[in-house]
Amino acid sequence: MGIYKHLDAHAKEITKAWTTRFSEGYPTVGGQFIMKEKDSFNNPIGAMAKESFTGVFALISQEVMPEMEALRQKLDPVIRLRAVQTFIPSEGVAFVFLLKTVIREVLKKEIQEGKVTQDDLDSFSRRVDQLSLAAFDIYMACREQIYRIRASEVRTRTLNILKTKDILCEVPEVGTEILPHDVYKNGGFEKSDENPDRGL
Amino acid sequence: MDIKPEEMIKISNAMPKKSWMETPPDLSDGKFCYPAKAKTLEYLGLPNPRDWSPADEDWKLPENWQQIIHEGFKERLDKYRSLKVFMDVCVRCGACADKCHFYLGSGDPKNMPFLRAELLRSIYRNDFTLAGKLLGKFAGARKMTTTVIKEWFSYLYQCTECRRCSVFCPYGIDTAEITMMGRELLNLIGLNINWIKDPVANCSKTGNHLGIQPQNFKEIVEFFCEDIEEITGVKINPSFNRKGAEVLFVTPSGDAFADPGTYTFMGYLMLFEHIGLDYTLSTYASEGGNFGLFTSSDMMKKLNAKMYHEAERLGVKYIIGGECGHMWRVVNQYMDTMNGPANFLEVPKSPITGTVFENAASTKMIHIAEFTADLIKHNKLKLDPSRNDHLKVTWHDSCNPARAMGILEEPRYVLKSVCNNFHEMPANTIREETFCCGSGAGLNTEEIMEQRLRGGLPRANAVKYVHDKYGVNMLACMCAIDRAALPPLMDYWVPGVEVIGLHELVANALVMDGEIERTTNLRFEDLPGAEGDSDE
Repeated sequence: MGIYKHLDAHAKEITKAWTTRFSEGYPTVGGQFIMKEKDSFNNPIGAMAKESFTGVFALISQEVMPEMEALRQKLDPVIRLRAVQTFIPSEGVAFVFLLKTVIREVLKKEIQEGKVTQDDLDSFSRRVDQLSLAAFDIYMACREQIYRIRASEVRTRTLNILKTKDILCEVPEVGTEILPHDVYKNGGFEKSDENPDRGL
Repeated sequence: MDIKPEEMIKISNAMPKKSWMETPPDLSDGKFCYPAKAKTLEYLGLPNPRDWSPADEDWKLPENWQQIIHEGFKERLDKYRSLKVFMDVCVRCGACADKCHFYLGSGDPKNMPFLRAELLRSIYRNDFTLAGKLLGKFAGARKMTTTVIKEWFSYLYQCTECRRCSVFCPYGIDTAEITMMGRELLNLIGLNINWIKDPVANCSKTGNHLGIQPQNFKEIVEFFCEDIEEITGVKINPSFNRKGAEVLFVTPSGDAFADPGTYTFMGYLMLFEHIGLDYTLSTYASEGGNFGLFTSSDMMKKLNAKMYHEAERLGVKYIIGGECGHMWRVVNQYMDTMNGPANFLEVPKSPITGTVFENAASTKMIHIAEFTADLIKHNKLKLDPSRNDHLKVTWHDSCNPARAMGILEEPRYVLKSVCNNFHEMPANTIREETFCCGSGAGLNTEEIMEQRLRGGLPRANAVKYVHDKYGVNMLACMCAIDRAALPPLMDYWVPGVEVIGLHELVANALVMDGEIERTTNLRFEDLPGAEGDSDE
C-alpha cells in the first residue's frame, strides 16, 4: 500500500507531532518543559515519550505488521509512566489515538493529492486501534503491579511483626510444597491446650 | 465523519487554562496520605485530635483556624529570620523550577519548588505585606480559605524536603524549610499524616519509630548475631545500655526491622567486632531517625535530645551514627542550636587510628561511613572485595547525607575498597545534585504508591541508564528510608536491580579474625563459586 512509504518519509515529523500532542496533555508549563528540555536525566517524561514514540512508530509504519510483543516493549515505558501519573485510565492511554489525527495532519498534502487513500488511512487506523488495545493491557498490568507492590509492603511489614512477636513461625521441615511457608503457631501444627480444637 | 478520534473518546487533552490559584487540589482517594489518628494526636498532646479524611468536604477544623494559622505564621516570622528572608527574597527566576523530582515525574507545575513556596508566600503577602494588603491578587496575594489550606496539605506532603532545588537557588532559599514551616502550621490545626505521627508517638514512648520494646530490640540484635555466627563462625556479643563504653552507636530502627536494612545492621556489628570497638547499643536511644523533623521544631528537638541524654547517662565519649538520612540533617544542621553543644562528650577520636574528627567537634557524633573510610585508609581492615564480584554496583547519594552534610567522597572510597565493579550514574543525578528516592520526609507510605513511583522516576531513570549500559544490578545507599523506598521503585522501573546498604557490602568483603570459609553472603545467598556448597 502507498501509505507506508509516505509514513517513512515523514517519520521524524510524525513522531515530533505525536510527542507534542502528548505533551499538551500536561499543564502548559509542564508540557513546554517536556518538549524543550534536551537532557534526558533532567526530563525523564520527555525522554521516555520520545523514545517510546520513535520506537513504536518505526515498527508500526512498516508495511508488514510487526509482532505485537515488539510493539508492547516499545510502548511499555510511556504507559508505565502514565500509570503512575494523576490521569484517569482513559486519559492515560488516550494519546495513542492521537496518532490518527497526527497522521491525517502530516499527510494532508498526500491525502489531498490522492497518494494516500481513505482505505490506506482506514487500514492504518486499525493498526492504531490494535496499539491502543495493547496500551490498555500494559496500563492494566502496571496498575496491577502497583497494587501488588502496595500489598507486599503491607504484607512484609506485618509478617515481620508477626514473626518478631512469635505469632508466625517458619516450619521448614513440613512439606512446603503443599503448605504455606509461614504458618500461625498453634494454628495448624501444634496442639494448643487453651484451644484443643486447633492444631493437629 | 468529521469527528476526530480525540473527540470520539471525549477527552480534552488540554489542561484548563486557569491560573494556579484557581486550580483546586485533587484530594480524591489515593491522592493523599492517611491522616493521623485522633488517639495518636491525643497521646502527643497535639491540637485538634479527631477522625477525618482529606477526601471529606469538611475537615473538622477549629472554628478560629484562620486566626491560628495567621498567628502561627507571625510567630515563626518573628522567630526565624530565615523564613522572613525566604518569603521576601524569591524573584521567581525559575532556577529551581525543573529541579524537583516530583515535578519531573508528574509535570504538575505546583510541584515546582517556587510555586510550592508560593502557596505560603501568597498568604504571607496578604497577611503581612502592605503591597499584598492593598493590591491583593495583583501582588500575588490571596486570602486563606479552606481551598488554600487543602492545597497546602496536598502539596506540602508532595515535598520530600530533599533540598535539590536549594542547590540551584541563587539566593540559597531552602525550600525544605518552607515545607517544614508549612507543615508546622498545618500541625497547629490538626492537619497531619499518620505515617509521620505514629512514628513520632512510638519514638516518644519507646525510643524508636517502630515502637520496638527494649527486650524485643535486644532479641532482634541477638537474632542478627546468630545469623552472623552461622555465616562467619564468629560469635558476637554486643552490649546494651552499658555504662562506661567509649562509644554509643545509634542507627535508624528501620535497620533493625526491615530488609535489606537488617543486613546493614549485621554489617555494623561485624565491623565493630572485627576492630574490637568499645561500644554499646542503647535500647532507649534505639532510633537515629527523627520524624520530629517532619512535625515541628519542638518535636525534632525532643526526639534528638533522647540520643544525647542517653549518651550522657551512659557516660560514653562520643556517638557513632549509622546509615540514616534525615538524622544527619538534624544532627549536622539543627542539633547544635537545639540541644547542643554537647560539651559533656568528647571530640570523636578513632581508638583504632587515632584520627580526630574535628568536623564533629561540636555535635560529637560521627557518621559510620567516615569512621569506616578512615579505618580503610589506615589499612585497619582485611578486605576481600572479590566476594562482591557478582555485583555491579552504583551509588545513590542519599539526599540528607549528601546535601546536608556533604559526605560524598567517604562512601565512594569505602565502596571502591569493598567491591571491584562500581559505576557512577550521570553527573547531574549524583552528589549534590542527587535525585531523591521520592519517599523521604515521611512519605514512604503505601497509600500514595503512585506519587512515590513518579517522584522516584528521575532517580530510577538514572539507575536504568547504568543498568542498561554497564549491567548494574545493585543500588547501594546509606539511608534507611532509601533502603525501604528504593526496592519497590526498582521493581517498577528497573527490574533486576536490588538495593543494599554500604555496610552490608563492607561486611561481605570483611575478612574477620577466626572466621570460617564463607559460602554465603549476609542474605544467605550462595557466593559465586560456592554454589551448591550450602545445599549439601
